[in-house]
Amino acid sequence: MKAFKAVGAIALAAGLVAGAAGAQAQGTGSATIDAIKARGLLVCGVSTGVAGFSLADSQGVIKGIDADGCRTVAAAILGDATKVRFVPTTTINRFTALQSGEIDVLIRETTWTLGREASLGLEFAGVNYYDGTGFLVKTAANVKSAKDLDGATVCVQPGTSTELAISDYFRNNKLKFTPVNIQDQNEIQGAFLSGRCDAYSTDSSALAGFRFQQGAKATDLVLLPEIISKEPLGPMVRKGDDKFFDVVKWTQYATLTAEEDGVTSKNIDTFASTTNPEIRRLMGLEGDMGKALGIDNKWAYNAIKQVGNFGEIWDRNITVMGVPRGINNLWNKGGLQYAPPIR
Amino acid sequence: MSELATTNIDPVPATAGNAAIPNTSRARPPATVHGPVAWVKTNLFGSWLSSLATIVFGILLIRWAIGFFDWAILHAVWSVPEGANGPDVSACRDAKGVGACWAVIGEKYRFILFGRFPYDLQWRTALVIVLFIALYAVSAWRRFWRKELLLVWVATLVVIGVLMWGGILGLEFVPQDQWGGLPLTLILATFGLAFAFPLSVLVALGRRSTKLPAVKALCVLYVELIRGVPLITLLFMASVMFPLFLPEGVNIDKLLRAQVAIILFAGAYLAEVVRGGLQSLPKGQYEAADALGLSYWKKTGFIVLPQALRLVIPPLVNTFIGFFKDTSLVLIIGLFDLLSAGKIAISEPAWAAYSTEVYLVLAAIYFVFCYTMARYSRGLEREFSRARNR
Repeated sequence: MKAFKAVGAIALAAGLVAGAAGAQAQGTGSATIDAIKARGLLVCGVSTGVAGFSLADSQGVIKGIDADGCRTVAAAILGDATKVRFVPTTTINRFTALQSGEIDVLIRETTWTLGREASLGLEFAGVNYYDGTGFLVKTAANVKSAKDLDGATVCVQPGTSTELAISDYFRNNKLKFTPVNIQDQNEIQGAFLSGRCDAYSTDSSALAGFRFQQGAKATDLVLLPEIISKEPLGPMVRKGDDKFFDVVKWTQYATLTAEEDGVTSKNIDTFASTTNPEIRRLMGLEGDMGKALGIDNKWAYNAIKQVGNFGEIWDRNITVMGVPRGINNLWNKGGLQYAPPIR
Repeated sequence: MSELATTNIDPVPATAGNAAIPNTSRARPPATVHGPVAWVKTNLFGSWLSSLATIVFGILLIRWAIGFFDWAILHAVWSVPEGANGPDVSACRDAKGVGACWAVIGEKYRFILFGRFPYDLQWRTALVIVLFIALYAVSAWRRFWRKELLLVWVATLVVIGVLMWGGILGLEFVPQDQWGGLPLTLILATFGLAFAFPLSVLVALGRRSTKLPAVKALCVLYVELIRGVPLITLLFMASVMFPLFLPEGVNIDKLLRAQVAIILFAGAYLAEVVRGGLQSLPKGQYEAADALGLSYWKKTGFIVLPQALRLVIPPLVNTFIGFFKDTSLVLIIGLFDLLSAGKIAISEPAWAAYSTEVYLVLAAIYFVFCYTMARYSRGLEREFSRARNR
């Protein structure tokens, strides 16, 4: 076992040296893609457990949009969505794991900020979820907008970015509010349900998940339409390997393009003889798009066929938690998800 | 009058915990003070103050016990039906606050116990748990305390390795990052202590060395450095700092790094326990061994260590118990041990509200292991002190 590992490490090191020397005749020109192909596995950093993003179910299978993001990349590079090794990371070791090469890509509901991209030696390859701070109120209160919350008491976790965001928001809109600071998430939720505060504020995805937990009583609670802070979450890769960066980024764009064109995991084979040039390029029937990326021409086909288009991934993981699509919808349906053309 | 006499001797048997056992060496007043009724009278209703305390605490205890019984058994939901999107937890939701939802355990127990180990292969991890427990039981039996036990350990640990990894004998290979739950906790604790203990003996000997000042300084440095920082810091170092010092492409497995950190930490603490044992040996033992012309290692192996280690068994076991629980700290570096597997099990929105049930079960599992160790240590202590008092 050890000897095997050592050989692997030497081979890898040799590969790196070869790559550095510019001897790119055989490889893809990307050390990361070469390493993934050599080991036949994508090593993907995910969270230890956030519902809807990456959470092990009762059988130990990791589910969520981040996990499915890993699967699409694996399908694009290796042709098999199951060839993923998930490495659960915490907020403390996530960046180190990526920097040190322990993982190939980090898809762990990480907010894209300038500070992170400028100082960590890592970069974001797109956005798979536009999150932001939101408000949850009781339906009975008959509040339609956050602007109606003047004078309200708001339950919030102290010391979080949520606390700053709501105080900015209320000040900006010249409204008054009384914060009720409670540290523990469960206690906040209890306090809100028992009526200690008029509104409960945190990331809107968490609010939607909490609302969904209430089952039949979910209709007693309503999420206000305003999202008052920007939390774009997306996959991260190491800087310096542009080929791999492109693959991660364009794999997500491929799932978006598929949704836009109505191509799903179920019907993708019916497009085999389509004349639509964009779908033909997406399916690898013409244009050599995969080759240009340094991977197989069937990259997008494999990802969509085995995992699904963006809408399918969303519905499977996020819609079931009762979270509306909102700004995460496609650009032509009023959302922000916009994929550049594949051509 | 006899009342007064009994209250006088009351504290001694009460703290010894064996007041009901007659025939202790202490002379006792005649028959009226024996038996459960007398025990209750002396210990619970000795004075009006203690009677009052007994009644108040009794009422509180009974009310709490009834409440717990209601919650945990009477109004509990034991299983939920399967809905379209997974289990339908509405029964649990209705019982919230009134009854426990044990259905969460029924749904999640395999994840809590075995973590992300492939579902179809979990019989292997179940077998690993059985093997570990059997290994502990055999090791605890004094009859088996001989050289062959070492072979049993090596053999069992090899079998456990094969079961966990697979890859040979037709078993499917399972990488370490899919290990989790109770087997991971047992692996971290057992391997941690199995390696830390020999290390600690060497360090303790080194620290007492008079002829090798450099070795002594090294041992002192190691013990003081490791004892000076919390375990969590070492785990962070192993998980966050260490990989950055390695050349790119070279990765030491996360589990191995955490395991080494635990070994180093446990080693430092155990070394101090062992050193305590070494120090408590009378000087005459060393001198007698020297007089026989034994070499250092023979002296240490045959005369010093057997006596010293015997003396420190209770504190050793105490340290073992501490480390068994400390392994749960690996959750901060993303390893799914028993505790973190439990936490992840209740991250699923449908079950998030039933954390109490899951934590109770986790506490029960930890308690069984730790209490068994504690009982065993107490038994050993008694046995050895009997041998000394003979």
